Amino acid sequence: MAYTAHADAHDGHDHPPSGIWRWLSTTNHKDIGTLYLVFAGIMFFVGGAMAMAIRLELFKPGLQYFDPAFFNSLTTMHALAMIFGAIMPAWVGLANWMIPLQVGAPDMALPRMNNFSFWLLPFAFTLLLLGFFVPGGAPAGGWTLYPPLSLQGGDSFPLAIFAIHLMGASSIMGAINVIVTIMNMRAPGMTLLRMPLFVWTWLITAYLLIAVMPVLAGAVTMLLTDHFFGTSFFSASGGGDPVMFQHIFWFFGHPEVYILILPAFGVVSEIIPTFSRKPLFGYEAMVYATASIAFLSFIVWAHHMFTVGMPLAGELFFMLSTMLIAIPTGVKVFNWCATMWRGSLSFEPPMLFALAFLFLFSIGGFSGLMLAIAPADFQYQDTYFVVAHFHYVLVPGSIFAIMGAVYYWLPKWTGHMYDMKLATWHFWLSAVFVNVLFFPQHFLGLAGMPRRVPDYATQFADWNMVSSIGGFAFGLSQLLFPYVIWKCIRGGEKAAARVWEGAHGLEWELPSPPAYHSWQEAPTIGVIEHGAEHWAEHEGWH
Amino acid sequence: MNMKKSGILSAAAAAVLGCAAPAAHAAWTLNMTPGITAISRRVYELHMLMYWWCVAIAIFVFGWMIYSIVRFRKSQGAVADAKLVHNTTAEIIWTILPVLILIIMAVPAARTLIETEDATNTELTIRITGYQWKWGYEYVDTGVTVLSTLDRASNAARQLGSGIDPRQVPNYLLEVDHPLVVPAGVKVRLLVTAQDVIHSWWVPALAIKKDAIPGFLNEAWFKIDSDRTGLFRGQCAELCGRDHGFMPIVIDVRSKADFAAWMQTQKALQQPAEPTAAAAAAAAAASAAAAAAAAGPAHTS
Repeated sequence: MAYTAHADAHDGHDHPPSGIWRWLSTTNHKDIGTLYLVFAGIMFFVGGAMAMAIRLELFKPGLQYFDPAFFNSLTTMHALAMIFGAIMPAWVGLANWMIPLQVGAPDMALPRMNNFSFWLLPFAFTLLLLGFFVPGGAPAGGWTLYPPLSLQGGDSFPLAIFAIHLMGASSIMGAINVIVTIMNMRAPGMTLLRMPLFVWTWLITAYLLIAVMPVLAGAVTMLLTDHFFGTSFFSASGGGDPVMFQHIFWFFGHPEVYILILPAFGVVSEIIPTFSRKPLFGYEAMVYATASIAFLSFIVWAHHMFTVGMPLAGELFFMLSTMLIAIPTGVKVFNWCATMWRGSLSFEPPMLFALAFLFLFSIGGFSGLMLAIAPADFQYQDTYFVVAHFHYVLVPGSIFAIMGAVYYWLPKWTGHMYDMKLATWHFWLSAVFVNVLFFPQHFLGLAGMPRRVPDYATQFADWNMVSSIGGFAFGLSQLLFPYVIWKCIRGGEKAAARVWEGAHGLEWELPSPPAYHSWQEAPTIGVIEHGAEHWAEHEGWH
Repeated sequence: MNMKKSGILSAAAAAVLGCAAPAAHAAWTLNMTPGITAISRRVYELHMLMYWWCVAIAIFVFGWMIYSIVRFRKSQGAVADAKLVHNTTAEIIWTILPVLILIIMAVPAARTLIETEDATNTELTIRITGYQWKWGYEYVDTGVTVLSTLDRASNAARQLGSGIDPRQVPNYLLEVDHPLVVPAGVKVRLLVTAQDVIHSWWVPALAIKKDAIPGFLNEAWFKIDSDRTGLFRGQCAELCGRDHGFMPIVIDVRSKADFAAWMQTQKALQQPAEPTAAAAAAAAAASAAAAAAAAGPAHTS
């Protein structure tokens, strides 16, 4: 800890400016990480409020509250807010906070770009949400923006396109920053195959982002020119092809769903070993499995479009390639199980969220496997079965992993322990009601309820009511989350450097909270190995 | 076999909910319909096959997790075996085994898929056109057309703040003014397209969902079992704007003879007068009355 004292001694002139200017001008990875996380939290509640409104309208058959056009805006904006506003920025925030700490770097490699990539987001979402207040209302053609429907949008259409451009630019810059930091700023001795899994999964995610965000930008730009400049990229009457948009969109969209979930795999691979008091089982297999999933994500896109009328050969190819994803995903689940095997398990809030992830993400995986089967997908496509599937992988998948990560590293960030009892309550309420909310949606889809409808036949009434009750309870439970965080920031029991006794990795070699500028001198091999703790002596731990 | 399985599912549901499912309509429905064609039954079987594979894998994986959670608790004095960090044999087994299971799944899936794409030797062709927000049907080479929109009762009840209880409306949101009349026991070819935006024509009992795309003609086919006459319902499955939720599909399946008779009537009604839109609508209204009279037992999707 001699290093820390040294850092503190030189810290005087490095204190951030106070007030709002600190946050506007900051180039510090911790500040920017905090900004991203706070922004993600706000968007989580904005998107969540829309979800509550959706479940309110669907509570019983008949239209009670909203015009169908406004309902379509709600589903569209809920998806955009959650995907681009909540989950992606939350991962970038965690990357900002943790990657420099975990690889022994003083900051992100490109700090000014880091500031810029964050500050684009509030503008992007101001533009997007402004859509609610312009003639024609917010975008209502679904987050997938399929033409020709999306081209029928009102004045919010160009706002949404420019918002997506800004989000894309922000994501690309964030991804470049992650790659450059990991490739160039690892402490000596922190070899690639010594990096924590969170760093690995983020490295792969960053490459996915750089590969596909420009594709989305291209697709929406073509929509823009079709709408305003007389082109016919996607208009059949002008010689264009509306299905081409879907191919381009899902070439972005499928890697995008792994962008949302790969860092979650990383987080779970950090948390489970810590609370099993055992190193991650099959570290290298985990890295290769992540890379395989990333590769496969580029060759499965058309499984989102089995009903558009593809040739048989295309349907067969996309069915079989999609089924292949089960293999590396299975490898990951088995390795997590093996990590717990003959461990010494305890069940603090981060572990609870990681375990719920394991169970419930697997359920999303099972429905994913069913959806891969093209002839069966003809029945599932665009029904609530699909809604259940992707909410299982995104809510108890990505979002539970984000919550687990916050509960895992919050004492490190703040220097205080949080209220474990309240956090445990937050977990149990979330875990129970997320199932009440989403599990019945499988039944609704199989019984024949299409997605994106504001009203439904009376035979769907019962499960919709159950789902809505689950939704309201889940939504209310989430209010505990910011409260626990706020309480923890304000004070609490002092956190040790190694917050959790089974924790390993460089971040736990720093005090809690770490200095404003940490790892100004790279940790030595000794520190890195101490970071790997008592496990270093065992073979298999690199 | 499948009856037994769905029986188990329903029993499980009843047990979970602690109440008997009311028989009036398909409330608390848990599963897909096996449908009324050979293909739809194949799809249903495939779905159940995948479901039971998932259940089996879930029992294994969740069992493993639960056993670990119960058995290796620190509070029960479990000591971590920190040497257990890698096992190449295990990695190979849990890579190869899923490959084998996937192959077992893929064979029937591919077979069914190939079968669904075989639209040869059809005897009747119907062109389906999606509009915002109704369906148009044209019996190719006969001049007979049907325009199918949400029925009046549902349409009145579904207005914001209508004050009408949807439960008092028969087949709320699943009823149309003029259903698509089709023959049982005949291989029928569908050509699906759209006029404005993308729609998707979905009838669960046929296991057909085909996107209706402007500028494209998508092909699908069905051959309904000869004895399965009656009404079957579906909905648009692709978001198509404000009233996406309000353009249902009803097919009126009739015996070959009844269908032929209906077709003759329609030809007489629609052809000689060089039908204007109004005449077509009147003819369709007449056909709907005939349909209502001739309709067999109603089935909900």
